[in-house]
Amino acid sequence: MSAAAAPARHRVLARAGFETRALLANGEQLLVSVLLPALALVGLTVASVPDLGPGPRADLATAGALALAVVSTAFTGQAISTGFDRRAGVLRLLGTTPLGRGGLLAAKGVAVLSVLAVQVVVLGALGLALGARPGAGGILPTLVGLLLGSAAFVALALLLAGTLRAEAVLAVANLVWVLLLGLGVLVPTDLLPGALATVAALLPSGALGDAVRMSFVEGAWPWGQWAVLVGWAVVGGLLTRRFFRWGD
Amino acid sequence: MTGAVLVRELRRSFATTTAVDGASWSASPGTVTALLGPNGAGKTTTVECLEGLQRPDGGSVQVLGVDPWRSGPDHRARVGVMLQEGGLPTTSRPLPLLRHLAALYAEPAPLDELVTRLGIEEFARTTVRRMSGGQRQRVALAAALLPHPDVLFLDEPTAGLDPHARLEVWDLVRAEAARGACVVVTTHSFEEAERLADRVVIMAAGRVVADGTLDEVRGGQSLEGVYFALTTRAAR
Repeated sequence: MSAAAAPARHRVLARAGFETRALLANGEQLLVSVLLPALALVGLTVASVPDLGPGPRADLATAGALALAVVSTAFTGQAISTGFDRRAGVLRLLGTTPLGRGGLLAAKGVAVLSVLAVQVVVLGALGLALGARPGAGGILPTLVGLLLGSAAFVALALLLAGTLRAEAVLAVANLVWVLLLGLGVLVPTDLLPGALATVAALLPSGALGDAVRMSFVEGAWPWGQWAVLVGWAVVGGLLTRRFFRWGD
Repeated sequence: MTGAVLVRELRRSFATTTAVDGASWSASPGTVTALLGPNGAGKTTTVECLEGLQRPDGGSVQVLGVDPWRSGPDHRARVGVMLQEGGLPTTSRPLPLLRHLAALYAEPAPLDELVTRLGIEEFARTTVRRMSGGQRQRVALAAALLPHPDVLFLDEPTAGLDPHARLEVWDLVRAEAARGACVVVTTHSFEEAERLADRVVIMAAGRVVADGTLDEVRGGQSLEGVYFALTTRAAR
């Protein structure tokens, strides 16, 4: 009897489980994806600066920390792990297995969402402990914002990981993470000076941060910010499809 | 031409370099075919076209009657691949990695047997990053054997292995062929080709310069002598 592939769902879940465990077992990754957002949440809640805009400070800080968690996992973590897997030939080897390239991309999406679920639980619990009290009506749009932000940042992470050398991916992904902190992730874009406010609002970091804050704090459905995130996801996805190289 | 693996007038270029220039050969089930040639001869490019990792510019390749570039999961489940660079994630330990890869197949080979036979237990707690080259080779070979493949592509499977491990790998490869698998081995080792191969294909400058059974290719001389005569002539 000839060998056969496991069912598609089984293959994707097997790979997603492997990637999730790898992400959660990596100390550096845990630092970026959980510890630093948690420190940002505590720091922003107990301090009086920077100005986070109108609304309960614990709510605003929790929303910013959730947005930062998305950037950490969907962008920085995914770019670095995919970049180094590409250099080691992992992507090429998986392309020869029944998982294939489509299955690998689906598994990466599931892995990011799994880690994000852990982050939401941890940061949400910490936020509640620090006094955050989001309205029930804001939960669903907050999750929509986090999902759209994940899609945009995963697309950009794969674009980076599939076009640059692994060492360059490491440097750029960490640098971008630091830069985006100040471009709308933790602080509302309308509090940024001059033209920077407009630019940041159109960046995925600003759109994500503003969307999550508006939903989490006010219970709003921020269609404009969601549209910006969808735009980045589509553009990033198309560029990734065009330029991604599976091997070095 | 018939066979589990068919290469017909294959052409593949990169920018101004022609890596494979009209190569044709085939390999049958139940045999081991050794692909020999100097660096840059086009061996790896040919095999990567057969693995579906590269798309031919001209000619065609078929594996089990399918164009590998367009193959689906069930076809890929019938093909085992060991890449030259291994393709192992550096932060993984061997057993979780192999268990995960086994989950991609409906009926994978018994993992415990493979792990024992390839001596992987000795370094089961070591991450890929800290393994020796030979240890990585053994894990990559186990990954290639997991699907019980009908076709097995091994790119330099014994590079970096000590003599005992090399013999064990040769036994495993022969056992796969005896089971009915079509095995294609890329190698620089004449000893490996002579110990393993039913057929030998020698490539030079992107072309096939010899193709036949071991005795046909040797023609009464040493394989090494024939190899140097053919590849030196092709390089001129």
